[in-house]
Amino acid sequence: MDLLTASFQDVSSAVKNKKISAAEVTQFFLNRIDRLNPQLNAFTHVNINAVADAELVDAEIASGKNTGPLSGVVFGIKDMLCTKGMPSTAGSKILQGFIPPYDATVVARLKKAGAIIIGKLNQDEFAMGSSNETSFYGNCKNPWNTDFVPGGSSGGSAAAQASRLTMGTIGTDTGGSIRQPSNFCGIVGIKPTYGRVSRYGIISYASSLDQAGPMVSSVTDAAKSLEIICGHDENDSTTVKNSVEEFSKNLNPNIKGLKIGLIKEFMLGQSDPDVEKVFTSAFNELKKMGAEIVELSIPLIEFAVPMYYLISASEASSNLARYDGVKYGFRSEFKDLSSVNLEDFYAETRGEGFGAEVKRRIMLGTYCLSSGYFDAYYNKACQVRRLLKNQYTEAFKKCDVIFSPVTTTPAFKIGEKSTDPLKMYLNDIFTTSTNLAGLGGMSVPFGMSSENLPIGVQLTCAPYQEQKILNVAYALEKVSLVQGKVPRVY
Amino acid sequence: MIDEKKIMHIAKLARLKISTDEAAHYGDQLAKVLSHFDQISKIDTTNVEPLVSPLEIDFFNDDSFRKDIDQSFFTAEEMLENAPDKMGNLFKVPPVVG
Repeated sequence: MDLLTASFQDVSSAVKNKKISAAEVTQFFLNRIDRLNPQLNAFTHVNINAVADAELVDAEIASGKNTGPLSGVVFGIKDMLCTKGMPSTAGSKILQGFIPPYDATVVARLKKAGAIIIGKLNQDEFAMGSSNETSFYGNCKNPWNTDFVPGGSSGGSAAAQASRLTMGTIGTDTGGSIRQPSNFCGIVGIKPTYGRVSRYGIISYASSLDQAGPMVSSVTDAAKSLEIICGHDENDSTTVKNSVEEFSKNLNPNIKGLKIGLIKEFMLGQSDPDVEKVFTSAFNELKKMGAEIVELSIPLIEFAVPMYYLISASEASSNLARYDGVKYGFRSEFKDLSSVNLEDFYAETRGEGFGAEVKRRIMLGTYCLSSGYFDAYYNKACQVRRLLKNQYTEAFKKCDVIFSPVTTTPAFKIGEKSTDPLKMYLNDIFTTSTNLAGLGGMSVPFGMSSENLPIGVQLTCAPYQEQKILNVAYALEKVSLVQGKVPRVY
Repeated sequence: MIDEKKIMHIAKLARLKISTDEAAHYGDQLAKVLSHFDQISKIDTTNVEPLVSPLEIDFFNDDSFRKDIDQSFFTAEEMLENAPDKMGNLFKVPPVVG
């Protein structure tokens, strides 16, 4: 079996039928990490007990137990999620050395399904970034060309998966952090509807926007892992009680008559010619397959980026208040603790422990929430957020799925945009509105740029309609030029 | 540009120690980012209820809470395991009462 191209289903049944052991599968990927990770810096931590964990799955199989649909499937987890006994840093110095006493619900569900956790993946610090350049643990590189960024914030997940250092990964998406790096690295990434996936054990950035989701090599694997991680969780009261469909069983590439919406405001020529080209060719394929094209207008989409930064920074300034140098992680060195003022103690540790981008957003959020500015900024943004959501509700009365580019450009060079925050923020124009309205969104690889970098397209659905975007992605995957390609890392 | 005094006040509220160099830098960058936000202020939002979460769960509905049955989660030792400094089963911090 070729483990670089095998699906979750292939590996899981081979492991259950003892054609290959979970330990052998795990060792195969550990060897790849050893060989290729030094060029990519995709991992912040490799699980030295991974083979032992896999042997436990093998032992259960030997004793005749049903080990679940992901038996022996090797997963890497973004460092934003807590993993019991394994460091979880969110890419930040302030969480250096933190070893959680519990697993995030997403991780626990993967393990229960028989998956092996092989390690933790690099990311922008606290998921604040679009290039993986804000990680305290060094930037991660794009496996298609190591001069380029893998995207962010789930850059490590995208790079590890594209180069097949893992069979599957989990990322998180607050304003595009699953879809944008998936797009830059040529893999399939899905951000579920807000409330689908438990946030318990996920380090909080912006609680009303954050969702975790799979970043994998095929639509089938995305559907399979999504149905495992979705569902109500007692430990997160914002998870919905809706039943979870069998996404993988229901996959259907026949999209004849399906209404595909194009948003007028997204078609204003903001995109790079290569992105336009790939988008047009995917669009033509959808038409050939018999999809019905509907033109839509969502005027408030134009304001999504400023709305997003205002709301996410406000929520972040509050969420990140918990890092105080007392309970876990980094603390500045103090010669004599008894002579230190408590406020200085906090300010010193936080000033030293957070990176520049995180501090910038904490400052921005604190400003927007401070007395005298709250109504003009945070409250105003939340009011406009409701109007935006209403416009989406109207749009989804006319179409099943919204079709758009993921980003305006393919992956950019390392160092190219990191000096200008505003320029970097505007890169998120196609992805942030999905999170603001709480919709489902997906990036599926489709073509290549003139510089031989992958380019994907984005599919967006009304709440809880993930099956529809999975089906369209499944149809597009069959004619994608990227599907099945593995970049060669030197 | 947001002046240094204002930036230092925000940094104090956020419990962040920043240098005067950093303050100038943030003053400049925050002003730039906020000017981009000014577009939002022109949108008419009269009588619009702010949307703080896309779900709008009714947290006061009985169904939203788990049953009030005591469960054991973590021991004090587990909770203190990651502390940078501790004494017995307490976190060690600077004096909080003068």
